[in-house]
Amino acid sequence: MSARPDIPADNAVNIEIDGQTYQARKGAMIIEVADAAGISIPRFCYHKKLSVAANCRMCMVEVENVPKPLPACATPVADGMKIFTKSAIATGGQKAVMEFLLINHPLDCPICDQGGECELQDLALGYGRDVSRFAESKRVVKDKYIGPLIATDMTRCIHCTRCIRMLREVAGKMELGATGRGENMEIGTYIEKSLESELSGNVIDVCPVGALTSRPFRFKARAWELQQHATIAPHDAVGSNIFVHTRRGQVMRVVPRENEDVNEVWLSDRDRFSYEGLYSDDRVSTPMIKVDGNWQDTDWETALQATVDGLKKTLDARGADQVGMLVSPTATLEEMSLIQALARGIGVSNIDHRLRQSDFTDQQQAPMMPSLGLPLAAIETLDAALVIGSNIRKDQPIIGHRLRKAAVAGAKVMFVNPVDYEFLFDVHAKAIAAPAQLAATLAGIAACYPDAAGKGSDAVKTAIGNASSDENQRKIAAALKDADKAMVVLGNVATSHPQYSLLRALAQVIADCSGATLGLLPEAANTVGGWLAGVLPHRGPAGTSVETVGLNASDMLSARLAAYVLFNVEPANDCFDAAAASAAVEAADFVVSISPFASDATRAFADVLLPIGPFTETSGTFVNAEGRWQGFAGVASPVGDSRPGWKVLRVLGNQFDLDGFAQTGTEEIRDALRAQCASAALDNRQADGPVADAVLAGELERIGDVAILSSDSLVRRAQSLQASPDGQVAGLLRINSSTADSAGVREGYRVRVSQGDANVDMDVSIDERVTDGCVWLQSGTTASASLGAAFGPLTMERV
Amino acid sequence: MEGFNNFLKSLFLWELLKGMRLTGSRLFARKITVQYPEEKTPQSNRFRGLHALRRYPNGEERCIACKLCEAVCPALAITIEAEEREDGTRRTTRYDIDLFKCIYCGFCEESCPVDSIVETRVYEYAFENRGENIMTKDMLLAVGDRHEQQIAADRQQDARFR
Repeated sequence: MSARPDIPADNAVNIEIDGQTYQARKGAMIIEVADAAGISIPRFCYHKKLSVAANCRMCMVEVENVPKPLPACATPVADGMKIFTKSAIATGGQKAVMEFLLINHPLDCPICDQGGECELQDLALGYGRDVSRFAESKRVVKDKYIGPLIATDMTRCIHCTRCIRMLREVAGKMELGATGRGENMEIGTYIEKSLESELSGNVIDVCPVGALTSRPFRFKARAWELQQHATIAPHDAVGSNIFVHTRRGQVMRVVPRENEDVNEVWLSDRDRFSYEGLYSDDRVSTPMIKVDGNWQDTDWETALQATVDGLKKTLDARGADQVGMLVSPTATLEEMSLIQALARGIGVSNIDHRLRQSDFTDQQQAPMMPSLGLPLAAIETLDAALVIGSNIRKDQPIIGHRLRKAAVAGAKVMFVNPVDYEFLFDVHAKAIAAPAQLAATLAGIAACYPDAAGKGSDAVKTAIGNASSDENQRKIAAALKDADKAMVVLGNVATSHPQYSLLRALAQVIADCSGATLGLLPEAANTVGGWLAGVLPHRGPAGTSVETVGLNASDMLSARLAAYVLFNVEPANDCFDAAAASAAVEAADFVVSISPFASDATRAFADVLLPIGPFTETSGTFVNAEGRWQGFAGVASPVGDSRPGWKVLRVLGNQFDLDGFAQTGTEEIRDALRAQCASAALDNRQADGPVADAVLAGELERIGDVAILSSDSLVRRAQSLQASPDGQVAGLLRINSSTADSAGVREGYRVRVSQGDANVDMDVSIDERVTDGCVWLQSGTTASASLGAAFGPLTMERV
Repeated sequence: MEGFNNFLKSLFLWELLKGMRLTGSRLFARKITVQYPEEKTPQSNRFRGLHALRRYPNGEERCIACKLCEAVCPALAITIEAEEREDGTRRTTRYDIDLFKCIYCGFCEESCPVDSIVETRVYEYAFENRGENIMTKDMLLAVGDRHEQQIAADRQQDARFR
């Protein structure tokens, strides 16, 4: 008998499966026990992460003293139960069910994308008859259009309802449903529309047949042609574990890899479909230099020499403080480590990865590793959570899912946001305020705690002293205080807010007073890695102090330096102030773009293009929100002459005759840094420091949170994603009706939005979720590339 | 005794006479030489020669890009790329057979669910230039169009064994 240490003795029952005795948790279903014991029972509708539906009837097993076979997924175990999974009754039942399932299932495996990886196909081999006895005509169901990401072939549906349950229970919105009964049952959206969920791609994985398949991957390759490589998703701070499937060195698709601690079995659409951008037309395949304003393909030697010459010229003529290096927070840890060593080696201290941040006042006090503050899995066990400035569902879909799980289990989840974002669970309380009022709103929550008055710096004390709290704020404060396990977490809106330091300090006061954990939602795949690797103007690797504190990302751009090195950065899309960023790189004498992609804008301002491999073509490490170091290897062949970023940086280091650029692999770089970072902890509390005194004035304010599908250069080029509902709404200008009334505009009116000299013409959309006096105009999109600061005043006039 | 027999045989050129007897008898027998290329030996309807891709009578190509032939090919001679055609059907964009790699085992034909890839009776082909060994989709379809009548008749003849 196999004892199960994870089951407490008073909660355990002993059962017998196929003559073997097993210990099981009381109330567990037979199929769970069998799965844990490695006994295979065929199934279609049962999924370990979803509720039990018991409607496919495939998992029939025989139970002693029960006259008929029972479904293993819906039969709880009882002490002394004797189960037979291979007996004549069990297999007879299973074979009969299979015959019924195949009555209406088309035998079109050769043209079905699921062919070769189909659960029905696999089980039909074991349980199906070799000849069909069904002579009548088969059912045909009209296909439904459910968006650019998921292809449907509804005739193949076997009504297991996994997709319905997945969208309802995991994604949180009942976007698919069943209409009709029996043979007339059909799965669909009822009224034709695209799935809007940011987790919609998971229906492809849960569908046991070829009814729901990936549309971008449609008919491209067969399961048996693909090679599977384990790697890490590069878009959000979850670091979802994925498999990249390649054929002849080319990435064909991405599927989730199970890791209970990180992404469970799910994957966000952004991580799943962004691979389409890998081979976009913008991909640079050879090193290029600009000669007399014209781009020339060249070899690596010439291009690297041009880089070194250009930088040396600026260093000699204008000094090291006229060179700035901007590094994408999606770069690998190794790339970050090398570029920071390169910068400091040539005397440049202007280096930063916090491209979307605008307030750096308290950076000296920041912890070595700003992180979520607790493991990802611990989010589910929270009793209360206050999320400040985050559309968490879209920013970090998997963390949003974990938070939803907590909320569904009874946790009080609360929000302080500039937009009343849609969350698919009961929000305990929310405070919606314009960006300029966010700090006051937080102060109001802090003021509800009697012991808050003495905490924080003077500015924080003043803010709390001046604050008044309404019912919502008191409710939030009380819920946090009452909870055993609570978290206060600052999201991307807070991080890029011009008063970030004040928001953070107030959040810390709230966390201190309520006993909650203070967390940050890092923006990108390797934001945490950026802190550890020392891609910061004020700190070296592992938080070490530096002699000269350089300019931060924002100052680097407003100071209009003479030369810039951009590491996978598109200034107009990746920076807090798009207009300032574009102006700075356009005015610079010398710009090197080290990136897999070159947009027209990049080609206009850059002088050298060094093509590097995206995450699929280089080995590296991402550090996720919980400080987990996840290494991965290169999985696809490089495009053209492009090379892994760390190798390019290593050669650049050698060209400058610097020490410490002799690594032969990324492991060497990682291990060296890892040893230094031993003291990094999941603790975000920091000493009181100065806070921003930025005043956000203006009649209208911009809310420029980052659109989910505009977050980095790769996803911006993924065409199917851009065509999905999330991609379509990203470029909208959204105001509520009272703001529209006072501005004298209506839905569909063409307006000119201006921020300083930057302006763009757009159509007005009315969205009541936006706060009064605010314009919701997301960052990272094409439209916002010609605008200014993500958060700040703007004007709007009709044209 | 053995040695003496051998001596007599070699003295009277016995083996030569035996050979001449056979030669003499063949001189007057019916000739079996086939005057290729004017004459050809008979072929089985299952002959496995040059490949072809077939069409339906309405002109639509049969191949649905299921890639079973590519998977079953023991010599890895077949390369297929597929995508969704404008009308939503699954079609190949590339179907190459490397005739140097092909071992003419006929597995591709056997695996094909729509009788699209077949091996015809054609065996008279040669390459004069590098690269001609690759049969592309267009070339294969052209072979199919040229020999469709024969191909169909051969399959018909074999139908009850398949």
